[in-house]
Amino acid sequence: MKIRLLAGLLVLGLAAGCGGAKVEDTPTSAASPPATGASGGGTVKIAINPWVGYEASANVVAHLLKNELGYTVELPEIKEQLAWEGFETGDVDVIIENWGHPDLKKKFIEEKKVAQEAGSTGNKGVIGWYIPKWMADEHPGITDYKNLNKYAHLFRTSESGGKGQLLFGDPSYVSNEDALIKNLKLDLKVVTGGSEAALIKAAQQAQEQKKPLLFYFWDPHWLFSKTELVRVNLPAYTEGCDADPKKVACDYAEMDLDKIVSTKFAQSGGKAYELVKNFSWTNEDQNAVADDMTNNGMTGEQAAKKWIEANPAKWQAWIPK
Amino acid sequence: MSVAAVSSPSRPHLPRWAAPAGAVVLFAVAYLAFRGTATLPHDDEAAPFVAITELREWVDANKNSNPLFLYVVNYVRLLVGWIHVTLAGALHALGWPGLIGLMGAVGWATGGLRVGLLGVAGFAAFGVLGVWESSVDTLALVGTAVLLSLATGLPLGVWAGRSPRLRRALNPVLDVMQIMPTFAYLAPMVLFFQIGAPAGAVATMIYAIPPAIRITALAIDQVSPAAVEASTSLGATRWHTLRKVHLPLARSTMTLAVNQTIMMALSMVVIANLISAPGLGSDIIRGLSRQNVGIMLPAGLAIVVMAVVLDRTTMAAARRHRGDGGQPAGPRWTRVAGAAVLAGAGVTLTYALPAALVAGWPAGWVLPMAGPVNDAVRWAETTWYDVTESVKNVTSEVVLNPLQELLTSAPWWLVAAAVLLLARWASGWRPALTALGCLLAIALLGLWEHSMVTLSMVVVAVLAVLGVGLVLGVAAARSAWFSAVQRPLLDAAQTMPSFVYLLPALALFGPTKFTAIFASVIYAAPPVVRLVEEGVRKVPPAVVEAAVAAGSTPGQLLRKVQLPMARESILLAANQGIVLTLAMVVLGALVGGGALGYDVVSGFSQRTNFGMGFAAGVAIVLLGIMLDRITQGADRRPSPHRRMFR
Repeated sequence: MKIRLLAGLLVLGLAAGCGGAKVEDTPTSAASPPATGASGGGTVKIAINPWVGYEASANVVAHLLKNELGYTVELPEIKEQLAWEGFETGDVDVIIENWGHPDLKKKFIEEKKVAQEAGSTGNKGVIGWYIPKWMADEHPGITDYKNLNKYAHLFRTSESGGKGQLLFGDPSYVSNEDALIKNLKLDLKVVTGGSEAALIKAAQQAQEQKKPLLFYFWDPHWLFSKTELVRVNLPAYTEGCDADPKKVACDYAEMDLDKIVSTKFAQSGGKAYELVKNFSWTNEDQNAVADDMTNNGMTGEQAAKKWIEANPAKWQAWIPK
Repeated sequence: MSVAAVSSPSRPHLPRWAAPAGAVVLFAVAYLAFRGTATLPHDDEAAPFVAITELREWVDANKNSNPLFLYVVNYVRLLVGWIHVTLAGALHALGWPGLIGLMGAVGWATGGLRVGLLGVAGFAAFGVLGVWESSVDTLALVGTAVLLSLATGLPLGVWAGRSPRLRRALNPVLDVMQIMPTFAYLAPMVLFFQIGAPAGAVATMIYAIPPAIRITALAIDQVSPAAVEASTSLGATRWHTLRKVHLPLARSTMTLAVNQTIMMALSMVVIANLISAPGLGSDIIRGLSRQNVGIMLPAGLAIVVMAVVLDRTTMAAARRHRGDGGQPAGPRWTRVAGAAVLAGAGVTLTYALPAALVAGWPAGWVLPMAGPVNDAVRWAETTWYDVTESVKNVTSEVVLNPLQELLTSAPWWLVAAAVLLLARWASGWRPALTALGCLLAIALLGLWEHSMVTLSMVVVAVLAVLGVGLVLGVAAARSAWFSAVQRPLLDAAQTMPSFVYLLPALALFGPTKFTAIFASVIYAAPPVVRLVEEGVRKVPPAVVEAAVAAGSTPGQLLRKVQLPMARESILLAANQGIVLTLAMVVLGALVGGGALGYDVVSGFSQRTNFGMGFAAGVAIVLLGIMLDRITQGADRRPSPHRRMFR
C-alpha cells in the first residue's frame, strides 16, 4: 500500500515536470485564480487579524473591491505572524494593517521575496500600558513606571499568583511585556485575557466600578472616546532601544502602520492592488467604523457601507482610474 | 496488590490504612522541609525550545531545496490540497439546492424517508443559521480527511485483522494517537505542511484514523473461522477469500468504522482552523477572539447538526448491512427511486433557478441570531454576575491556586516519587515506571512548571467530573424515569465536538482558568455518568435484595453495597474522565486556561515561541500517557468484592 502511494507520488512528480514541488505550488491557485487585471473576476484574500480596527480597514477595502471593482473577497481569520506565512502558501494576498514586524519584513520581503510593502495606511499606531483614570487621580505618581512596584499589590488577582496583574490581549499581539517586566524589575505578571474583547471589558469595568487594572492597549482605538484611560510612562523610546527583543527596557515606539501584500498579488493584482496601495485614512475614520461595528450592532459590511456612503470624496481618490 | 496488602502478612496488627496514611504524612513532611527547593521554574528560552525553533527555521529555509521536502513532503501537501480543492469545488458547484437534495437522497437511500428528511432539514439548517459557505468548506475538509483516513486505514485494518503480529505492533501507536489531545497534532503539521487546508486535513486525518484501523481489524478478525475454512477448503486463494468471505461478512462493522472516522474528523476539523484551515472553526475562533457568543453559536450549532446528520445516515447504512434494527420503510426500489428523484430535483434546481438566487444561500432566509443571543448572554452575565463570580473566585482561591502552588513549589523529585508510588499502588510496576519516565521527560523538555499548572487543573476538573458523574449516574441507576430522560441528553452531548463546550463556559465565566475547568467538566461528564450508571446497575439483584432484606436503608445500600461493587466501573470512569479532561483543559487555553495549552497557542501565534509550542504539544501527550498509566490498572485490578461473589 505504501509502495503504491509512493508510486502515485512519483507519477505525480513526473507529471509536474520533475522539478520537485515548491511550497509556492498551491493547488488553491488552480481552482480560484488570483486577482487578474481584467475588470472584475478574481479573488482577493485579505487576512483578518484579531482586533476591530484592523477589521474596520479590511471591511472598507473589501466593500470597495466588491462593489466598485467587482472582485470576490475572502476574509480568512489568520493571526498576525501566521498571515505572513500565508503570503508564501498562497492563503493570503493582503495584510491591511501591519504593526512594525521588522524581523518578518526582513525574512519575507528581503530574503524570500514573497511579500512587498504597499505603503502607509495613514494610521499612527502606538502600544502602551494603561490604567483607568480614577487610579491616576487617587494614586499620585502611579503613571510613572518607577512607582509601579509600590502599587503592584493593587493589581493582584486570582490569576496573577501574588504579583500584580498586567492584563494582555490576544496571544498573537506584538509584545515586549515579558522583557519589560524582567528588565525594569517590576513586580508584575502578564495574564493573557486572550482577546481584545477581554481587554475592553476589563477596562470598562475598571473605570465604572472603580476596580484597579493595569493593561496592554493601543491607539487607534474607539475605546478612548468612551472610557477615560491614562497611559503609564515607561522609559521613553529612543531609536534602536527595542532592537534586541530580550533587552527591551523602553516604551513602544509610535508606528506608521502599513500595508503588506504578496509579491504575486503586487504583480498580477491589477486594479485590486492599486486600490490597496492607494488606501489611506485617518485614525478618526477607522475609529468611527470600528465603533459602529462594536457598539452599534453593525456587521463589518454594514459599518463599511455607512462610512463609504458618508465619505465619497475620501474613497473615490483610492479607486484606480 | 496494594502496599497494605503486601505488608500485612508480616505485620498482621497494622490496619489497612496505615501504609497510605504513613506515605501521606511522609510526603507532607518532605514537602514542608524541601518546599521551594529543586523546583523547575519556567523559562521561555529553555534549550529544547530554542533547538526546535531553530529546526523550524531550518525547515523554513530548506523546504524548497531539501530532497525530502522537494520530492515527498511537498507532494503530499499538493496531493492533499488537490483533493480538498476538488472536493470543495464540487460541493460549491452543486449549489445549495443540489447539495441539500443530494444529502437527502443519500439519507433516503440508506435509511429511508425519515433519515432523508433529516438530511434535508439538517443541511438546510446551515443556510438558515447563516453559515452555508463555512459549512461547505468544513464538509470538504472533513471529506478530504475521511477519504484519506479510509484509503489508508481500511487496508491497514484488513491487514491487521489477518496478522496478529501487525496488530500487536500497531496497538501502542494507536493507543498514543487516541490519548493525544487534538491540540498536540497541530505544531508538527505546521512544521511540515505550513498553514492552510492541507495541513488541517492531514492533522484531522491522523486524529481520525485509529477507529478506522481498529474497527476494521476487529471486524475482519471476528469473521467466523468456519466460513474462512470452508472457503479455503474449496480452493479459494487468499485474495479471493478476503474479497468473497471476509469483506462481505465484515461489512456492517466496517460501516461503523466509517461512522466513527467521520465523527472523530468532525471534532478535530474545527481545531484545525487554528492553523488557518477554512471552515466553521474560523467563525468559532472569530467569536472566541471577540468574546461574541452570537458569532460562535450558529457555527457551533451547524457542527452539531452536521454531526447528527452524518451520524444518523452512516448508522442507517451500518444497520442496513447488518439487516437488523428495523428495515427502513418501503421496499428497496421506492427508496432508491425517491432518492434519485430528490437528488435530481436538487441539482436541477441549482441550474434552473436564477443564478443570483443559487450563488449563495439567500440572505432573507437567514435567521438573525447574533443580536438576540448576545442580548441573552448579556442578561445572563449581569443577572448571574455575583453567583458566577463567587463560584469562580472561591474555586480558584480555595482549591485551584493552593493546589497549583503545592505542585509548583514542591521539589520535582518529590512529585516524581509521589507519581511513582501512586501509579505503583493503582496499576503496578510497569505502568508506574512508564508514568515516571513521562514525567521526567516533561522535566527535560523544560515544561515542568506549566505541566504542573495543567496537572492541577486536570485534578480539580476530574474531581468535579467524578462528583457530577456519581450523582447523576447513581440517580439514573436508581430511577428508570430519570435514566430515560437523561439518556438522549447524554447521546447528544457525546456527538458534539469538544469545541462547542467552550461557548457556554466563556459566556458564563469570561476568560480564566476556571472557565477551562468548567468546560472540561461538561465535556467529560457524559461518559463518566454512563459508566457509573452501568456499574451500579450491574450489581446482581440478588445482592441488593439480600441487603434490603437485612434491613439496609437506601443510603446504606448505596454506600455499603452498590458503590463498592461498582468500584471497577467507577475507576474506569475516572480513567476515561482524566483523559477527556486533559484534552479539554488544554483546549481551554482558548478561553483563558493558560499553561501548556496556552504555550501551544502561543507557538502558532509568535514565531519565536514555536519551539515552546511544539514542546508543549509533546508534553501534553506525555502528561496524557502518564495520567492514563496511573489509572489504567482500574479495569484490571482485582476487586475484593468481585472475588467474593464469583
